[in-house]
Amino acid sequence: MHPILKLVAQRVALGCLLLFAASVLIFAGTTILPGDVAQQILGQAATPENLANLRAELGLNDPPLTRYFSWLGGVMQGDLGTALTNGRDIAESLGDRLSNTLFLAFWAALISVPLAIFLGLLAVRYKDRWPDKLISGVTLTTISIPEFMIGYILIYWISIRFGWFSSVAIINDSMSLGQKLNAIAIPVMVLTLVVLAHMMRMTRAAILNVMQSAYIETAELKGMPMLKIIRKHAFPNAIAPIVNVVMINLAYLVVGVVVVEVVFAYPGMGQYLVDHVAKRDIPVVQACGLIFAAVYIGLNLVADIVSILANPRLRHPK
Amino acid sequence: MTDPLLKVRGLKIGATIYPPGEKSRDIEIVHGVDFDLEKGKVLGLIGESGAGKSTIGLASMAYGRGGVELTGGSVEVNGRDILKSGIRDIRRLRGAEVTYVSQSAAASFNPAKKIMEQVIEAAVLQGKFARREAEDRAVELFRKLGLPDPENIGQRYPHQVSGGQLQRCMTALALCPQPDLVVFDEPTTALDVTTQIDVLAAIKEAIRDTGVAALYITHDLAVVAQVSDHIMVLRMGEMVEYGTVDQIINAPQAEYTQALVSVRSIKHIEKQPTGTPMLKVEGITARYSGTDFDVLRNINVEMYPGQTLAVVGESGSGKSTLARVITGLLPPSAGSITFDGRTLTSNLAQRPRDDLRELQMIYQMADTAMNPRQTVGTIIGRPLEFYFGLKGAEKQRRIQELLDEIELGEGFQDRYPAELSGGQKQRVCIARALAAKPKLIICDEVTSALDPLVADGILKLLLNLQKIEDVAYLFITHDLATVKAIADSIAVMYMGEVVRYGPKSQVLSPPFDDYTDLLLSSVPEMKLGWLEEVIEHRKMESAGN
Amino acid sequence: MRIPLAALLGLFFTGLFFLMAIFAGWIAPYGMAEIVGDVWEPPSDQFLLGTDSIGRDLFSRMIYGGQTTIFIATAATALSFITGSVLGFFAAVSGGWVDQAISRFVDLIMSIPSLIFALVVLSVMPTTITILIVLMGLLDSTRVFRLARAVAVDITVMDFVEAARLRGEKTGWIIFREILPNALSPLVAEMGLRFIFAVLFVSTLSFLGLGVQPPQADWGGIVKENKEGINYGIAAALYPAYAIAVLCISINLVADWVLNRTTSLKGGRG
Repeated sequence: MHPILKLVAQRVALGCLLLFAASVLIFAGTTILPGDVAQQILGQAATPENLANLRAELGLNDPPLTRYFSWLGGVMQGDLGTALTNGRDIAESLGDRLSNTLFLAFWAALISVPLAIFLGLLAVRYKDRWPDKLISGVTLTTISIPEFMIGYILIYWISIRFGWFSSVAIINDSMSLGQKLNAIAIPVMVLTLVVLAHMMRMTRAAILNVMQSAYIETAELKGMPMLKIIRKHAFPNAIAPIVNVVMINLAYLVVGVVVVEVVFAYPGMGQYLVDHVAKRDIPVVQACGLIFAAVYIGLNLVADIVSILANPRLRHPK
Repeated sequence: MTDPLLKVRGLKIGATIYPPGEKSRDIEIVHGVDFDLEKGKVLGLIGESGAGKSTIGLASMAYGRGGVELTGGSVEVNGRDILKSGIRDIRRLRGAEVTYVSQSAAASFNPAKKIMEQVIEAAVLQGKFARREAEDRAVELFRKLGLPDPENIGQRYPHQVSGGQLQRCMTALALCPQPDLVVFDEPTTALDVTTQIDVLAAIKEAIRDTGVAALYITHDLAVVAQVSDHIMVLRMGEMVEYGTVDQIINAPQAEYTQALVSVRSIKHIEKQPTGTPMLKVEGITARYSGTDFDVLRNINVEMYPGQTLAVVGESGSGKSTLARVITGLLPPSAGSITFDGRTLTSNLAQRPRDDLRELQMIYQMADTAMNPRQTVGTIIGRPLEFYFGLKGAEKQRRIQELLDEIELGEGFQDRYPAELSGGQKQRVCIARALAAKPKLIICDEVTSALDPLVADGILKLLLNLQKIEDVAYLFITHDLATVKAIADSIAVMYMGEVVRYGPKSQVLSPPFDDYTDLLLSSVPEMKLGWLEEVIEHRKMESAGN
Repeated sequence: MRIPLAALLGLFFTGLFFLMAIFAGWIAPYGMAEIVGDVWEPPSDQFLLGTDSIGRDLFSRMIYGGQTTIFIATAATALSFITGSVLGFFAAVSGGWVDQAISRFVDLIMSIPSLIFALVVLSVMPTTITILIVLMGLLDSTRVFRLARAVAVDITVMDFVEAARLRGEKTGWIIFREILPNALSPLVAEMGLRFIFAVLFVSTLSFLGLGVQPPQADWGGIVKENKEGINYGIAAALYPAYAIAVLCISINLVADWVLNRTTSLKGGRG
């Protein structure tokens, strides 16, 4: 087997292992931690019988290991359990919401990724001059404000003051794509602003790192024009770090979605999770937590694999 | 008379420096330099670090590295002043009329592209040759430069060939567009001495065969004497002396040049071993954890009090690993070490304090061997405190004594390492080792990072201290000139084994084993025609076999 | 030593915010939960920033809110710092399986996004300030651990640490006298970033209703209480945003300066 395939296979196996460990952690976080879950759910009004019933229903009387494996077994077969609060099947409720969340994240990524790379290039091109400083000043500001506040600032100025776009982003299946896009315009802007700063800063650093290599000087001393140097020498080496940056930020974006959905009352997974954390609906929290962790680990895995594939030393071994 | 190929007049070069925490300021690093270079001739630029030699070399391509600016004077190439040219004209010059060979070919090749593509790139870009022609030419150059498998080596990626081969590929890259001038910037400095001689010979032959002119930049006078027609000696951005190779080597005028020529001429007469051996290394075999080969195999050496054993070898020979085993940093898998009659435990943590005290170490990079947050006084004072419990005035007095011994004098106690020069730093490290009153000091390449004159000073100091303190040195180095200057006995290491061991006079006189012969004959000598002699000699030998 | 203007501004605002937090009781004109006027009154001489969704003085709530937010963030940062750097140095100096075990565990924690992890835990734990601090502190200590370990590993391979080992120095001396002084500047700069992260994190949790509980005020909570006002063009929910932004940018500026200033000793001459 080509050594690079072996390396990639290793990484994938490691990713699976990590996901498995994460599932243990999530499960442990909701069951083994101090504090009686049944008591927490029922609150002050709990009677001893209520508690006993709920404990039995949750399977709290079984040893944790048994509960974990029966839960994991269910998850493997697509059975995420039923919600405590309304008794509905979680997998069913999640389906729509997951696709809504991905819809939002997709459009945010579609706008922010090219924009961030463009701005990163711009900042490198005008390094230490005013465009670079302006870009880093603006990004510093957006990093310093929490996502939900960017959301309200945009709602206040764009939606309320100027009357463009809607301040809530409720979508449903009967809407056309155009209507949907109109509804999610401001949330997409918020998400874009949130990841743009990180992505652009990291892109800038990645490109600068490549541009300071000795082989760029060699190309310059061959009399090559700058654009050609970037295209022929910098780009092949910069692509891996940039893809890495993009993946890390997409992972970040998926988490950012949680808060933004709450701000805009968007019917996605983030809002679903937050609602049920407040209601202490453990099975839903476990399911959502696992899905978020899986997406996060998956994107980081892709970043890893891309860096392996792009490394000429690994691709063409001695 | 025709104009020279390269005509430099009053060249001034400045740079902006950014001291952290302070305002940036402009400094001048080359203060007006004049020289000519005729077609097909080789001019050697020589000087210590900071002399401005690389900067001047790059100025002949109108290039300033990292914030360096060409501030005054003129640089004419083929009659045109390139400092006044626009960027388009300069681009037509670079890679076509003037090309460049850097010190580190490994960094200068793009890791993501095949060697051939990069070698012919300039020639094709500048319209000198069509792609096919350029490729044929490159193969021809690969062959001329003695690269293995010249037809196919271009299809490899840079990391797939060795350092010495890549350096030759870089030379091919520079020669491929048929330039008028090649700037060689320390092309052999990063190579091992036995590799250096082959690359040097290949470069010299290629220069002669193509009739190209060259600027050859190096800090090693013996190297530059082999390839140049003329030599210019530079110091701190100014020309010290200019002359033919013969004149510079055999009749240097300036005091500085005389010092450079006579460097490494320390006369050290070998001492006879007296008394019983102080250090006995017996049957040492060692490997690093997680690897599957022995870095050291069955090493046996002995050392006598107050004497110097030089361990010499190239990178990868295991000489530094031997030091790690003796100090206890790397427990050996077999063998024993006896020090002063006691067997040393292989584990550092279990060694009694006296064993630690009597065995001190000095490192190659004085920069990283001292804690940057401690003053010189603290650095030297700590062993005094730690081993002898000295405090207060007594400690201060001893610190000053040590500073006097290393010829630094008053006022150094309160300085930080960053405020010292390279040579001063190494002296402080020596003082720290001496403070422990050791019987043996391990010196790991202590002069390799220093300029020749400074290194000379350190060697003289070490010899002097040996007389006063009666301390023994285990001197690890790759540099045979250093060995000759300081050793009483020598161990030659190759691939993890000691291949030759004995008193200096015996090790350095024939008959030699193959490796020692190769090593000794590869060290550049400061005389004209040395390179040809060695190459001729080797050819005859291999023909004889 | 001259302090650059940007750092000076940063220091000034950081100091101002901390002073306001410490002396909140003296500065705030009204009580934290005191209802003093109508719903969402506009700013006036009486109510500098107007009143909030149930008629409390917004300026007073902002000051008390700042106190809560800054207190929680400071405590969480301190906790994350102590845990993270002690473990990081310990892992770096010990090496071997100790290092492997701690590092892999931290990798695992970091494979789940902090916010999601916090939500999972908060779904079973009561939301008290102590739990918030411990949770945030421990989650964030993973990042401090990584930095501290990386910095310490860089330093432990330096020859001067080896020289200290060869001299026979104890682990304590090596950590506190050789490594720590050289690791301090990146760690201090990181402390600024961790503090900012803690402010953002606690605000987010409160905004989601899972952090500081009413009637206690904190900046995230103020946004939550007043968010409906936005739809009527009332800016009450935006003041905390401005406050957080100013605080975070100030600390960023200070951290940048600390990093730039203290690296100078290590590098070149002079």
